[in-house]
Amino acid sequence: MNISTEQRQRWISVLAKAPTEVLLKLSDSVVSDMQFELIREPEIGLTQVRARMGGKGDAFNMGDMTVTRCVVRSQGDSLGFSYVAGRNKAHALRAAQLDAMLQLSDFHQHLTDNVIEPLKQQASESQQVKQQATAATKVDFFTLVRGED
Amino acid sequence: MYVAVKGGEKAISAAHELLAKVRRGDTREAELSVKQVEQQLPLAVARVMTEGAVYDPELAALAIKQSAGDLVEAIFLLRAYKTTLNRFGICEPINTETMQIERRISATYKDLPGGQVLGPTFDYTHRLLDFSLMAEGDVSEPSVADISPSAEMSAEPVSVEPVSKVLEILERENLMVSESDHQSEPTDITRDPITYPAERSARLQSLVQGDEGFLLALGYSTQRGYGRNHPFAGEIRIGEVEVSIVPEELGFEITIGAVQMTECEMVNGFTRHRDGEVKFTRGYGVGFGQCERKAMAMALVDRSLQAADYDEEVVSPAQQEEFVLSHCDNVEAAGFVSHLKLPHYVDFQSELELLRRIRAAEQSDSAKDMN
Repeated sequence: MNISTEQRQRWISVLAKAPTEVLLKLSDSVVSDMQFELIREPEIGLTQVRARMGGKGDAFNMGDMTVTRCVVRSQGDSLGFSYVAGRNKAHALRAAQLDAMLQLSDFHQHLTDNVIEPLKQQASESQQVKQQATAATKVDFFTLVRGED
Repeated sequence: MYVAVKGGEKAISAAHELLAKVRRGDTREAELSVKQVEQQLPLAVARVMTEGAVYDPELAALAIKQSAGDLVEAIFLLRAYKTTLNRFGICEPINTETMQIERRISATYKDLPGGQVLGPTFDYTHRLLDFSLMAEGDVSEPSVADISPSAEMSAEPVSVEPVSKVLEILERENLMVSESDHQSEPTDITRDPITYPAERSARLQSLVQGDEGFLLALGYSTQRGYGRNHPFAGEIRIGEVEVSIVPEELGFEITIGAVQMTECEMVNGFTRHRDGEVKFTRGYGVGFGQCERKAMAMALVDRSLQAADYDEEVVSPAQQEEFVLSHCDNVEAAGFVSHLKLPHYVDFQSELELLRRIRAAEQSDSAKDMN
């Protein structure tokens, strides 16, 4: 199956940012029928966060963030990877499993329609709600003319 | 000099049990959950993550609960935990221009592209105690309808476009010192101790982790004339930014999640530059979560520490790099102050002995003079 790097980047991003409960609920049934070999068990570690001076100048280190990574091999011999912010091993494992399955033509469309798209939809809805709440605090300041002659 | 002391195991374990009991408080009250701390004390969580130098709201909340609300202790706990983990890699530098804005204000332009968005702020509150927060069960929860899009609000679509930076307006007119990426590898003060004079990357990393109170006081001192740098809050923004890495095994960039952060860009007094042009200067502050006061203080101190770049005379504490950087870390500072509680019995005995000998010598001298 021909998959572009951009396509894969998109679903990896959706899987990483998904709320864990929703991700597991949407994908439990598809994953349960599949065998996976654990190449790298879910493992918690750090990754260094970098910012830029003035937002766009030279980089500097801000600190670290926790991240969990995992690698699996599917029955179809595809390798699935995950790096997920936080310390949720179940999330990292599921994200790696789905990354592996999404590379297989037998599952790609089904998973895209039933897992990736619903997650994307939910993310954009919750973003919209957040933005509306923020937009309500948009302010128009106006300066007063002082009564000086 | 310290001497080893033995014994006390029983008393120490009893003291720790007592601490646990004090932390729990009156057992007739419900116990605070880590989730509650994370959700309901987000600004404390932000401080612990920023100064603990680990973005993980759940761990920061746990540290706050464990430390009974002593944030410096919580920061210490998080730093200690951090040392037990492997570092898998380094994120691509975050791009705050693409931030999902939750708050964005400027004190330099009234009308600016993208507008001013107040967000969740303590500004404009009257600082009166709100007794309704104390009334149990009497106050209704804010209903979902209150915060979800209403018909009226939906009429005006919300922009999802990235909001451009205020300081760029000045940069475009060549009125502001510009920042550019020289692709240089930043110093990591967690691996290599700071040497002086320090790189700005080392300074900024040190300031991010630096104690908010210390930096706030130093920033304030610059406003009062000790290293004056004439600041304006050019832009303050709070919101979520995506974080990505390029894992070696994949070879391409992937998003791993998003972090909430606060950024402050100060516009500082103008000066004639070595190239002969007169331009505004700038200071930068940033931190995890909602930490506006810290980001502002950091930006003030970042600017005061650039004194040498603008041939400014270094006369005030906030301009003295070694003084600021070697004292801003509250884990180090608390550690060294706390060590005074360790047994100094031998040290003290020798001082006591010396003082007695001096006094005895003086007494015998004055006795001789009398004769």
